[in-house]
Amino acid sequence: MRKRLALAVPLVLLAVLAVVPQLSVDVPLVFNGSLDSPGTLGLLALCLVFAGVALTYDLLFGFTGLLSFGHALYFALGVYLTAIALTKWEWGLVPSLLVVAAAGILVPLLLGAISLRVGGIAFAMVTLAFAQAGQVLVQKNPGNLTGGEEGLGLNYDAIPDALVGVVNTKHLYWLALAYAAFVFVVVRWAVGSSPGHVLQAIRENEQRVEVIGLSPFRFKLLAFVLASFLATLGGVVWLLVLGTGATPQVTTANFTLTLLVMVVIGGAGTRYGALLGGFLYTLLDQRLGSLAGSSQVQDLPNVIRTPLSEPLFILGTLFVLLVFFVPGGLASLGGRLRHLRRSAGLEGGAR
Amino acid sequence: MSTFVLLTVTGLGLGAMYFLIASGLSLIYGLMGVLNFAHGAFLTVGAYSTWWVSTHVGGGAGTKLLVGAVAGLAVGAVLAGLVELVLIRPLYRRPVEQVLVTVGLALALGALVEAIWGFDSRPFPVPAWMIDTTTVLGARIPNDRFVEIACAALVLGGLTAFLRFTRYGLIIRAGVENRAMVTALGIDVRRAFTLVFALGGLVAALAGVLSGVYFGAVDPGRGTSLLIFAFIVVVIGGFGSIGGTAVAAVVVGLIQQYANYYASSGLGDLAVVLLLALVLLARPHGLSPKVAH
Repeated sequence: MRKRLALAVPLVLLAVLAVVPQLSVDVPLVFNGSLDSPGTLGLLALCLVFAGVALTYDLLFGFTGLLSFGHALYFALGVYLTAIALTKWEWGLVPSLLVVAAAGILVPLLLGAISLRVGGIAFAMVTLAFAQAGQVLVQKNPGNLTGGEEGLGLNYDAIPDALVGVVNTKHLYWLALAYAAFVFVVVRWAVGSSPGHVLQAIRENEQRVEVIGLSPFRFKLLAFVLASFLATLGGVVWLLVLGTGATPQVTTANFTLTLLVMVVIGGAGTRYGALLGGFLYTLLDQRLGSLAGSSQVQDLPNVIRTPLSEPLFILGTLFVLLVFFVPGGLASLGGRLRHLRRSAGLEGGAR
Repeated sequence: MSTFVLLTVTGLGLGAMYFLIASGLSLIYGLMGVLNFAHGAFLTVGAYSTWWVSTHVGGGAGTKLLVGAVAGLAVGAVLAGLVELVLIRPLYRRPVEQVLVTVGLALALGALVEAIWGFDSRPFPVPAWMIDTTTVLGARIPNDRFVEIACAALVLGGLTAFLRFTRYGLIIRAGVENRAMVTALGIDVRRAFTLVFALGGLVAALAGVLSGVYFGAVDPGRGTSLLIFAFIVVVIGGFGSIGGTAVAAVVVGLIQQYANYYASSGLGDLAVVLLLALVLLARPHGLSPKVAH
């Protein structure tokens, strides 16, 4: 029964999310237009992409206990390599995607093999340094490929018509939903498999895993490559969903930090938590900006208005508060509420 | 030859800034095990405070810079001390949460600076004599490079003397070696934590002021971009070691300058990353053993 329920919840959620583009329902405050308007669908698609990408980071951080500060590199690999292949080399979509997929496995395999030779904080620093190298590479614009600080526009010729234009936003939404669902299924399978159990054992006590006779290095590399590959795919989907091209922001260390923030907000080491964290963070990040432009906020005195104009300030503060007062992230709230209700019931209170 | 001298002195100037940021990071990590992501924000806030105060006082550029710098250093130290007291101290038993809080703080403070003063860089008051050049071995070197190197040397000397000859220095050195033992001996090591944080904030703010002089302006992204190289310096130098940090800072600064000039622009940053990878693969614990001296 419980097992069937565990399968039913994600399927129902997926079905509900899949019909969103057909609903012309207004959600005041949260969205500007009705749910089926292109603006809202585009925003939701972006939220879904980051829900998936946050989950790939959680596979590393929450499930395996690897604190990487270079996850942006693999996301950016998907974004930039796709944009370069389509725009600069003028390849078709299929060969471009094949090359991106190959790079999405080979690059993390190589860099992961190097950085996983050290653990803990040193690992965090090496991944940060590699990501920094990637950022420098993009900034320096070698052979005019990456467009430097300007970013790189996208050539639409090779992309199927069904994925281009405002009219087709719902297709992009479904693409993003498919990506998030795919990541969910893969992570669920990976964590539930026997290598997945080893990963969680590594998080709990790496030495013990070694004593049992297993090599933690191989399993960590497996998790690293899998998470990075899924992030690379996320980069491709993000590029298509956004539709404007590659920007150097996705290569920065701050980008990785926001992924970390998403995962912790939702609850590290939980699948739904990471998805929720990525979704909510993106939604707030996008909507708080327009909220700051609204007349209610504009009328506030300067001291309050200025900080409110920066979504990242609000999100950063919110994050610090969450770390303090809700250590398990949003995912732990359900359990806490249940616990509260139960203890209230035990005391015989009829509240 | 003159180009080589200029590159060397500039590299040393850059290394001086890296050292100032990295020394605080290194001490904080060595003593408390906290990887302080907010350190770049301390730098940025210190630099902006200096700039803001300097626009509100009269006098020449030298006076403005001096008064501003005093204010900036004070703000950096107080901010860092407060962060330790209010945000880090309640989380002593939760090391991962401590890092997360500094991450959130780094994002929030960076965004706050952007919200108040905008994305554009602000010109820093730089006295004329610092922009003038001195000829050394045929190379015309801007004088501010010497100021940066002198400041870093003073901080290095001061920190070393503080760690070696004062009671608090002794507690900090002992705490880096074995925190549990120091606590077991009945010494309140937490006061040393606040002190180390405040010191780190002060020195980071100094780095902010000097980077303002070096680049002639201050912008909101300054802290983050310098912080990443400071992290690399800390790792190469070995956590908790002031001497190792100083050596690593000089090496990183010089390599960056040489590679950028002799190879190609931008290669310097990549060379530093390569150096870090090589050092970690050869010696996973950095160049020096984990001892503050």
